[in-house]
Amino acid sequence: MFTAQSIPTLLAIAWLLPLASFTVIVLLGRGLGQSGRLAGWLATGAIVAGFLLSATSLVIWTTSEHLNATGGPHREALQPGEHGEYAESSQTPSIYTLVAGESAPRDTADSGEQRAHGDAGELQESQGASHGHQAAPVYYAGDWYALGVFGKLRITIGYYVDALTVAMFCMVTLIASCIHFYSMGYMHDEQHEFTDPEVTLENGEKLTRRGRYHRFFQYLSLFCFSMLGVVVSGNIAMVFVFWELVGICSYFLIGFYIERQSASNAANKAFIVNRVGDFGMIIGLMALWGSLGTFSFGDMDLPDGARQAGIFSLVRPATLDGQPNEHRLAVPDAMVQWSAKDEVAQVVREHADDPQAAQSQIDAQTPEWRAEGFGYWLLIVAGIGIFCGCVGKSAQFPLHVWLPDAMEGPTPVSALVHSATMVAAGVYLVARFFPVFTPEVLLVIAYVGCITLFLAATIAITATDIKRVLAYSTVSQLGYMMLALGLGGWIAGVFHLITHAFFKSLLFMCSGSVIHAVHSNELTEMGGLLKKMPITAITMLVGCLAIIGAGIPSVGIGFSGYYSKDAILEQAWSYASANPLQNALFLVPAAAAAITAFYMFRLWYMAFLGTPRNQHRYEHAHESPMVMTGPLVVLALFALAVAWPVFGVADSLLESARPAGTLATVEKALVMEGLTIPSEHDSHADEVRVPAGLTAFGTAAAGFLLASVIYWWRLLDPNEIRRQFRPIHRFLINKWWFDELYWAVLVRPLLFVAQCAANFDKKIIDGLIDGTARVTTKLANVWDAIVDRRVVDGLFNGLAYGTWDVALSLRRLQTGKVRQYVMFIVVGTVALFVLISIVRSYALAS
Amino acid sequence: MILAHLLNEPVGVSHYMVVGAVLFVCGAVCMATKRNALGVLMGIELVLNGANINFVAFGSPYLLGSKAPLGLEGQLIALFVIVLAAAEAAVALAIALNFYNAYNSIDVDRGDQLKG
Repeated sequence: MFTAQSIPTLLAIAWLLPLASFTVIVLLGRGLGQSGRLAGWLATGAIVAGFLLSATSLVIWTTSEHLNATGGPHREALQPGEHGEYAESSQTPSIYTLVAGESAPRDTADSGEQRAHGDAGELQESQGASHGHQAAPVYYAGDWYALGVFGKLRITIGYYVDALTVAMFCMVTLIASCIHFYSMGYMHDEQHEFTDPEVTLENGEKLTRRGRYHRFFQYLSLFCFSMLGVVVSGNIAMVFVFWELVGICSYFLIGFYIERQSASNAANKAFIVNRVGDFGMIIGLMALWGSLGTFSFGDMDLPDGARQAGIFSLVRPATLDGQPNEHRLAVPDAMVQWSAKDEVAQVVREHADDPQAAQSQIDAQTPEWRAEGFGYWLLIVAGIGIFCGCVGKSAQFPLHVWLPDAMEGPTPVSALVHSATMVAAGVYLVARFFPVFTPEVLLVIAYVGCITLFLAATIAITATDIKRVLAYSTVSQLGYMMLALGLGGWIAGVFHLITHAFFKSLLFMCSGSVIHAVHSNELTEMGGLLKKMPITAITMLVGCLAIIGAGIPSVGIGFSGYYSKDAILEQAWSYASANPLQNALFLVPAAAAAITAFYMFRLWYMAFLGTPRNQHRYEHAHESPMVMTGPLVVLALFALAVAWPVFGVADSLLESARPAGTLATVEKALVMEGLTIPSEHDSHADEVRVPAGLTAFGTAAAGFLLASVIYWWRLLDPNEIRRQFRPIHRFLINKWWFDELYWAVLVRPLLFVAQCAANFDKKIIDGLIDGTARVTTKLANVWDAIVDRRVVDGLFNGLAYGTWDVALSLRRLQTGKVRQYVMFIVVGTVALFVLISIVRSYALAS
Repeated sequence: MILAHLLNEPVGVSHYMVVGAVLFVCGAVCMATKRNALGVLMGIELVLNGANINFVAFGSPYLLGSKAPLGLEGQLIALFVIVLAAAEAAVALAIALNFYNAYNSIDVDRGDQLKG
């Protein structure tokens, strides 16, 4: 199987190239050309090569034998039979494709229907519950390298490659390539001595430091490597590792102008807020691993030949308790038994003498326990936990506060963070883990997304910093994606992730181009720039039209956002009509669509039309160099056309990645019994599609018209409106007082606790230690006075004094008189003789 | 009693030893009593020569016959001592001259600067 080997290898190379570039830049740094000039080319070359490899693997994927000749999704080797089987590749034993237990004709018919809809928008019959006959997608899973094996736990560097992985790779590397090129122009100032206009030193001068051009590209490379690592990961532990790497890279890049207090605070805020989410993610990881004993997504062979089932096939088995299950969500046996510990222990006690009988009894009772709901809460905890991580990374309510502050980084970083990497990682993980989420978790996700998208959209209305408007629009669009995923619109959410990545990176880079020209972020300093910067203005207009979902509903042609946003609203409509209690989930995003159109065109009108508000800045403005406008044009083309059905991104590529069993209509959840999640294909039916599409068009047009009335035709005075709605304006311009709320409710108490702990440390622990030290000193002094001074010193001083006295008395003998000395010698000699003779006589006598 | 015993004996080593001892004692007394540096020097010569007489006597085959414990070594040591005495006398006279220069006298009792 050619694709099974080639695609993971190509993606692995594409993934590792930025790491190689990062390593080289770390080691050589400024040594790369004049003040690190080559670093930019090196990093850009690595990511462009990565893009080419990703594009190659996309071509291989779409033309491979897994997909039939007409372009619709086709699952290979569909064999009739009750059980799911695994088709083993003959050359590569570790690579498998999961094959569903389903009949081939049924599937072909299915894909034919989807294709028919995707191409011509034909009427599609509602397929009802039977629609859940959906096969598992083709994927390749395996391990490259085992970091450690501890019993059942395997910590590995592995891969899980399906159509979503390939699509994400292409999207990330393409956008990152554009951003790299753009950065080479934007960060030009960093190539020599850089004077930071926002940092004033104590002596009143502006800070001047060495340029950090190479370091910027070093972090960009690491960022791309981390993001691609998240996408390629074959198990959730590896995802977590790269998840954290993405976090630390964003920390480095947001804090790139580290000398600015605001940048350093923003970097800390992004990192700490993400920690909050990651804490939940660790809980989810523990719940999954503790009960399932595996981290892997897909099924794969272990080196010892055993077969390891991945999380997805455990949670959505092809057969359950001997009955065909059609990949419906079911609590895995291990999770059930883990939750029903007491019952298991009871069975074991009853069969204390026969462990085999106990095991078979447990297995026999497992379906019963599953029906009673054992383990279901564990699955909810795991889902909510994983989602917590995504809330942090994707800046969802209530952890959305870090993202607008992340604007402190250089604009290319904002573009990267806000489109292809950091925030995309969260949505990607929700999409990846979609099969594991229970309907209750999906409802939570939907509401979180719904609150986020409304909240951020309202704040964006009043923001005057061009990048902040875009930042809040990012938060809002991420809310749309989460909402779509939460409503069961898997394709809609992922599709919007991809289209949004293109137009949001485009918008950010356009805003960067404007900032580069006028040296200000404030919309109130701009105006009339259309004549000065036509390319930037036109490409940004494309971005604005894409983000509001401009398109012609009856013809079905529009900008990329039109397709993805309509898909979201269709799913919302279908969901709201199935669950009348959850009507807000359609009304809020529809209203927010109008707000989106309003604030995006407010931004565009304020920046590019009208009379210049600041004449000096206007005269100074100029179009950006080719290296910056080139990527803008490329991205504008993608923002325009990436979603066109001709290219089949949603209908063929993403459809072939849809997780097994998630197309089915879910009609009863275990905890919330009334909840129905309609099949996503139901939302393409005309009775849903037409009203939802008209609503989307109407709201967007309303927002656009309102913005035009106020900011273009000037029929209404914005200042007058602001006066009229002063309380609302104050509420919004203070961002719903979220920062103040967190400051008062979380940060202040935390600081208080920290202060208490510090005081405890200073007063009590330090006091204790200082006291001990003081007592020891006192004891030592006493010991010194008594033993050392009196006894030891006395002994030695006495000896010395004695020697001194003896010497003094002996001194008198030394008269200096030679004759006396001779006398001493003679007398001494004689005395010696006498002494010897006496001794000798005694000796002889005895 | 010992003196009478000597007088009855034929001349032998003992007699030489008595002469050497007398010379030695004379020299020692001379060193101890003379304040004149030259006198002290002469006492030293006497002491050395008293010792020399002993060496010569012990080394003489005429006095001890074949029992002589030493061969010609006694005489050699004596000659060696004489040479040394000459050298020592030269050094001592030089010291005496310097002493005179310093004190305008050769009274050794005046050179007591090295007392403790």
